[in-house]
Amino acid sequence: MNLHEYQSKQLFAEYGIPVPTGHAVHTADDAAQAARDLGGELWVVKAQVHAGGRGKGGGVKLVRDPGEVSAAAEALLGSRLVTPQTGAEGLPVNTVLVESGTDIDRELYLSMLIDRGSERIVVMASAAGGMDIEEVAARTPEKIVKAFVHPAAGLMGYQCRQLAFGLELEGKQIGAFSKIVQALYRLFIERDASLVEVNPLVVTGAGEVIALDAKINIEANALFRQQAILEKRDPSQEDPMENRASAHGLNYVSLDGSIACMVNGAGLAMATMDLIKLHGGEPANFLDVGGDATSERVANAFKLILSNEKVLAILVNIFGGIVRCDLIAEGIIEAVKEVGVSVPVIVRLEGTNVDKGRQLLADSGLDIISADDLTDAAKKAVKAAG
Amino acid sequence: MSVLVNKDSKIICQGLTGRQGSFHSKQCLEYGTQVVAGVTPGRGGQTHLDLPVYDTVEEAARETGATVSMIYVPAPFAADAIVEAVSAGMELVVCITEGVPAQDMIKVKTIMADYDCRLIGPNCPGIITPGECKIGIMPGFIHKPGCVGVISRSGTLTYEAVYQTTCNGLGQSTCIGIGGDAVRGMDFIDCLELFEEDEQTEGIVMVGEIGGSDEEAAAEYIRDHVSKPVVAYIAGVTAPPGKRMGHAGAIVSGGKGTAAEKFRALEAAGVTTVRSPADLGSTIKSRLGG
Repeated sequence: MNLHEYQSKQLFAEYGIPVPTGHAVHTADDAAQAARDLGGELWVVKAQVHAGGRGKGGGVKLVRDPGEVSAAAEALLGSRLVTPQTGAEGLPVNTVLVESGTDIDRELYLSMLIDRGSERIVVMASAAGGMDIEEVAARTPEKIVKAFVHPAAGLMGYQCRQLAFGLELEGKQIGAFSKIVQALYRLFIERDASLVEVNPLVVTGAGEVIALDAKINIEANALFRQQAILEKRDPSQEDPMENRASAHGLNYVSLDGSIACMVNGAGLAMATMDLIKLHGGEPANFLDVGGDATSERVANAFKLILSNEKVLAILVNIFGGIVRCDLIAEGIIEAVKEVGVSVPVIVRLEGTNVDKGRQLLADSGLDIISADDLTDAAKKAVKAAG
Repeated sequence: MSVLVNKDSKIICQGLTGRQGSFHSKQCLEYGTQVVAGVTPGRGGQTHLDLPVYDTVEEAARETGATVSMIYVPAPFAADAIVEAVSAGMELVVCITEGVPAQDMIKVKTIMADYDCRLIGPNCPGIITPGECKIGIMPGFIHKPGCVGVISRSGTLTYEAVYQTTCNGLGQSTCIGIGGDAVRGMDFIDCLELFEEDEQTEGIVMVGEIGGSDEEAAAEYIRDHVSKPVVAYIAGVTAPPGKRMGHAGAIVSGGKGTAAEKFRALEAAGVTTVRSPADLGSTIKSRLGG
């Protein structure tokens, strides 16, 4: 689950990590008021969306007058921000963060994530702040300094110092930086983060170290013990189809093609998408109905798939293991009758009670195209979608 | 021969009395697996599915001589259950549970470094040696004793591969579903090592998916250490970057972990790759001269 920048900064502040003073607002008037409350003569108005690259997309505006703050907020609020990470439709801007401007001397990069290779939490820092870390990693990997945290010992003081020296920090900055990294680590553990990124972490003209940006991802599997985080969820930033799917216990990801798939199991669902592509079609979605698919779930899945207007054919691919094919067939028949499917439906069943399942489909009188195996199913679906 | 489990393996089930544990343990028993006891804290002394239930893994192991634990406890308690099994001296722990937080698994893996115990999973279908021992949620009937070792990060996609090798007459020595999570127990290399040593295994089918770099590491290992034919498929060629595709570990980030990269690494290591999962069975058959 993603948090907005303003939510992440609230968490940072709770953990004692210095952030610029600011207010999250929903109207242009409140934005102007926020600027007046903050005082000073330089403000930043930042669109709050769940995507990076906001600067490049015009979602971050530096202004020198409260009137301009209002205008900048007005332009952003209610719009959809397109950044290099959002796709062409962009994401809706319902909140902007108005902050005091910061006098920047140096821009650094700091992040924390779970490293799959070492199975440890890794802290990464780089003197090349403000840039994509992937870009830094590709071009100048020597500029990235890392510390791997032993779970029993936690993040050690020397590791923080090593990172600080690697960033060429000096004097009081070393202690300030260490405190920030330690606080970030506490937050990472206590809030079950999967990624925390501060890009940039800046050294101000006065020599202070503060988090100018903040990005936090919380691990979905740990949300059962993160009630306070869960309350910060913003569904407006998520794909509405994916939200509907998760409400029905379905695992769904929207794609751009015309052939919808309904599959049991995540691996088989991905493989089915790949097969469609291999035979010249484009998948419209990833959809895993789960290992224990019921007829109700199958019906909900059909409804979900059909609400995507781009869909020209549906490919159902079920490998019945513990689930019986005849039960799945009944589910499909019920769903097709209830929902009124107007596009060709190709069904490939394999596994437990497969003959009974196929017979049920054949006897149903419904216009269902039966496929013998994986390849046959993909070819028939591609052909049906034209 | 086979790897890790056979007809003599004695298994306990942590979470036996729960819905999932109960349902799948029954299936395992019907398959002929020696499930000898269950563990549910607070229900020690009862019987369930005609099996004795103990309060702790330690007690169950002591009373039954079991060396393998199969875990179905809910995700919030799974890490605790794994560590209990590991510290009770189990030789193999198979955790089926889906949705275990990665930070919990980091702790588990740190503790496991002190023990001589193997972990399969979490979030996996389990392990089966056809005709002898089924530990997990896979449908038993699609398997057949034979010569192909199967290693997979997926569930139903594994069943595809398995079923193809059953239908073409090869059968399987052992099938290991290592699971779809980012931080997990055994990886491809651990399994490859076992299959390379196993006399019954003549060829290996490997089913990978996007995310991480385990397949790339496996490719290097195969190049240097595996003499048996390996056929591989990677799911997720069409997956969009940054999206989690069902499995917690299946995500392409920053251009890393793509299917194309994995296919390339495996091919460079002499592995026969297939672009369609429908070709796994026929391809391993032809690699084995069939």
